[in-house]
Amino acid sequence: MYAQMVKSEATNEDPEKLAAFQARIDAGEKIEPKEWMPEGYRKTLIRQIGQHAHSEIVGQLPEGNWITRAPTLERKAILLAKVQDEAGHGLYLYCAAETLGVSRDELTEALLSGKMKYSSIFNYPTLNWADIGAVGWLVDGAAIMNQVPLQRTSFGPYSRAMIRICKEESFHQRQGYDIMMKMAQGTPEQKAMAQDALNRFWYPSLMMFGPSDKDSVHSAQSMAWKIKINTNDELRQKFVDQTVPQAEYLGLTIPDPELRWNEEKGGYDFSEPDWSEFFEVIKGNGPCNAERMEARQKAWDDGAWFREGLMAHARKRAAAKVAAE
Amino acid sequence: MSSEWPLWEIFIRGQHGLNHRHVGSLHAPDAEMAVKHARDVYTRRNEGVSIWVVPSSAITASSPSDKGPLFDPSNSKVYRHPTFFDIPEEVGKM
Ligand SMILES: [Fe+2]
Ligand SMILES: [Fe+2]
Ligand SMILES: [Fe+2]
Repeated sequence: MYAQMVKSEATNEDPEKLAAFQARIDAGEKIEPKEWMPEGYRKTLIRQIGQHAHSEIVGQLPEGNWITRAPTLERKAILLAKVQDEAGHGLYLYCAAETLGVSRDELTEALLSGKMKYSSIFNYPTLNWADIGAVGWLVDGAAIMNQVPLQRTSFGPYSRAMIRICKEESFHQRQGYDIMMKMAQGTPEQKAMAQDALNRFWYPSLMMFGPSDKDSVHSAQSMAWKIKINTNDELRQKFVDQTVPQAEYLGLTIPDPELRWNEEKGGYDFSEPDWSEFFEVIKGNGPCNAERMEARQKAWDDGAWFREGLMAHARKRAAAKVAAE
Repeated sequence: MSSEWPLWEIFIRGQHGLNHRHVGSLHAPDAEMAVKHARDVYTRRNEGVSIWVVPSSAITASSPSDKGPLFDPSNSKVYRHPTFFDIPEEVGKM
């Protein structure tokens, strides 16, 4: 997902306090920033929300890549609005993380130093316009699978950020599917491009949910804390079940010879992605990891004079105002 | 000198006639820029007709541990609600 393989932090605190905290969560209460929370809860959330925020920001890069080359002015305006939304999503999430006592600059620095991660999916290239369709349809589609249940997460600011984000996401997925429909109904060459984009993005999209975590202690803890709502396998299954008919409508083929409907479980059987590829990508060896980090580092460095300049201007104006009073 | 832009709390009036409501926060060098950023971050889909920005550092919040002393006393004052009183039907709407 946008937050993959988030390790939960151990907590050793007063068992009575912990039990009372857990009871509040079980009762469906929201935890707010100033209230008591276990250290592990706080740290795990910073890691998860931070990783989610970084993913929104880095996720602008593969799509931003096509803004200047969109095929029509309308498509360009739509993509621009979509990418701008992702910047907004990043900001909502950084602010949610900041309520836990970490600053946005600290989070950014942790991303740039490689201490924090972003979703594996954004390390794949967008080679042509059909990829922009596939990203909206599949990548935003997979993100929605995870974000919809997270609206019910136990941490108030995170839940509220998710509610805002979910309101905006279905535009993202629909604009992607709309691109796919146009291409799938276009010339044979265009349809072939759409199929090629699906071929390349299918397994990386399945990887977004992370490896199976049904036996993971970290996931069990996060689920008890309601900062994770479903297992990775549950979400992946749901995503496949939802996406297969959408591909059929487009007349495109999911690149999985093992894919078939399983009447008994009421869902599709499908092939797992290549998890060794996934681990390589999160280790930094994906096709675009270096490029993505370079772009983020450059934006941070090139923006420094601007951030500082505006701050100096604000200080000067505040001083002049005081002097005038 | 590198210093992070301060944090602002953002309040938006969604429609004429409603209160400004807290929607989130953001970083900006000064109040004017905070309004501009709030426009971009929180009203991309016509969510507002007016924006307030307040430095986060200017907000004083009640402490969660004071929840009892602050709010419990009103629990026992049920007579503050109109439903506390039984008014005979013959009297009509009241
Ligand atoms: Fe997003
Ligand atoms: Fe996204
Ligand atoms: Fe999105």
